[in-house]
Amino acid sequence: MNQDRQEDLTKVVSNASAFETTFVKSPNRFRRRLIRGGVPTLAMAPFLIYTFLGLGIPTLAVINLAFRNENGQASTSNIHLISQGIYRLGFENSIKLALITSIIPSILGVILAYTIQTSRSGLLRRLVATASGVLANFGGVNLTFMFIATLGSTGVLTVWLNVIRLNPWHYGFNLYSFYGVAFVYMYFQIPLMVLIITPALAGLRQSWREAAENMGASTLRYWRHVGIPVLLPSVLGATLLLFGSAFAAYATAESLTTGIIALAPIQIGVVLNGNVVAGQTHVGYAIAFGMLVILSATMILYGLVRRRASKWLP
Amino acid sequence: MASIGGGLALEELLAEVPQGRAPRGSRRLRFRPWRAFVMLVAGAYFLLPIYAGLKFSLQDINGRFSFEAFQSLPSAPGFSAAFGLSMRLAVATLVVSTLLMVPTTIYVHLRLPRMRRVMEFITILPIVIPPIVIIAGVLPAAPLWAKSSPYLLSFLYVILAMPFNYRSLDAGLSAIDLKTLVEASRSLGGNWFMTLLRVILPNLRAALLSAMVLTIALVLGEFTMASLDLWSTIPVWITQFNTGANGHVQTAASMLGLVGTWLFLTIIVSIDRSESRRSRRKAGAL
Repeated sequence: MNQDRQEDLTKVVSNASAFETTFVKSPNRFRRRLIRGGVPTLAMAPFLIYTFLGLGIPTLAVINLAFRNENGQASTSNIHLISQGIYRLGFENSIKLALITSIIPSILGVILAYTIQTSRSGLLRRLVATASGVLANFGGVNLTFMFIATLGSTGVLTVWLNVIRLNPWHYGFNLYSFYGVAFVYMYFQIPLMVLIITPALAGLRQSWREAAENMGASTLRYWRHVGIPVLLPSVLGATLLLFGSAFAAYATAESLTTGIIALAPIQIGVVLNGNVVAGQTHVGYAIAFGMLVILSATMILYGLVRRRASKWLP
Repeated sequence: MASIGGGLALEELLAEVPQGRAPRGSRRLRFRPWRAFVMLVAGAYFLLPIYAGLKFSLQDINGRFSFEAFQSLPSAPGFSAAFGLSMRLAVATLVVSTLLMVPTTIYVHLRLPRMRRVMEFITILPIVIPPIVIIAGVLPAAPLWAKSSPYLLSFLYVILAMPFNYRSLDAGLSAIDLKTLVEASRSLGGNWFMTLLRVILPNLRAALLSAMVLTIALVLGEFTMASLDLWSTIPVWITQFNTGANGHVQTAASMLGLVGTWLFLTIIVSIDRSESRRSRRKAGAL
């Protein structure tokens, strides 16, 4: 080995190109290739194994169990079961809820993000950035209790509105109902929209606007022919993400209504907790499978829209 | 859980520094009523529930101001057990998540750039596959010994935290000239461990910190998996605790979560800012 190297060295000194030949053709070549091919896979292995165990296996289990009956035989009876009655209603309600709480927050979120983006106060932008980051992640139990304190039957806002005889509870409002849940969802959906859409808004170049103005376009025309067409794919993409977020949410609806409204995720929880007709224990997996199908379709759409969006904006 | 894009865009948003936006025409200086209106309505909508939550948690049963709810929190039945469990889960999740994600992401950036797309795809999956579906699949598939341990939740929280963990690290690594730094460190005689510890990690501090805070917030707020796996973490305890139909104690516990996360994030953002300001000043002095 040592002698080999010595020989190589003398060659290097005498001729540079000879060094290259020795180097490339050395017997180490095989080992080198092995390292190049093997080590990367090895370095990725913990991550790949981890995600397979924590994500791959549960997903496969859900799909597998969705298509099996109690006795473990292959069957589509569960799928049949969720396509009708209360479980179908659950999907319909979930989709309705997700549509309401993605389209409205999407519009409000764009307005809010634009207002903040065009304001000249750096402090305000930073404040809103951290606030959106916190609030977008602030679903679940904490949010539920905050809203009970606000709009519950003795909540702060309810009491205030009662003074001016506008108590929402007297006008058919119920925090613990479908629309109550929708109202609470806005609280994390709007900040989520602000987070997602701000980079796109920041990508609207001032020069585009100036170019439009130089050609005599009014503000309205600028938005109609430049601003909105450029932003639309990004806004649509963000709305799809919001739809997915609302459709999949469980904690807020469950803790607010203690599971009494028919929503697909809540029905999964009910089945998993064992509150189900005998012989239908696998229906939960079928609902979970149905959710996977809807969410996958949403994400595929998102991918397509995203590709269109990246044409003009980051 | 609404963590879908939470951490995703946060980095980008925070990176959005005033420059470039400053030179505006005088057109912008005019006071715009719609701007004030939007800010007012948004402010009211987002601040009112926080105000209500704080007011509610700072009242006793008769509506008088008091710290009773917060004071009775530690002695409330089950709270300290739930708090301890949540803390242990948070620490375990943080450790595993960091050990798994940091080396993998650095390695991919350094040696396998073509794997970045694969990692991006895998780490977005927990958004497509929601917690309720994951736990529905885990419960029948996990072996009994795993199901009897609360740390199964930590195992799963690492997955739930991946979307923003990876994005945060990815953004942090893209912002530095990783290759040059590593080569410089290696040619100065640093081994891989030293390079990681004293060159890469200090440069990643902001990204690491924000990933960690979001992970802790996720673990402390996660309800879906914990409740269905029947472990009494803080959020599960909050929904189960019920003394005389009095929500003050639960609201107090909820508000602690919000205020705590916010405080942490603000501190991190200001550390990050003062750091970048200092380095800019240094660069200016040179």
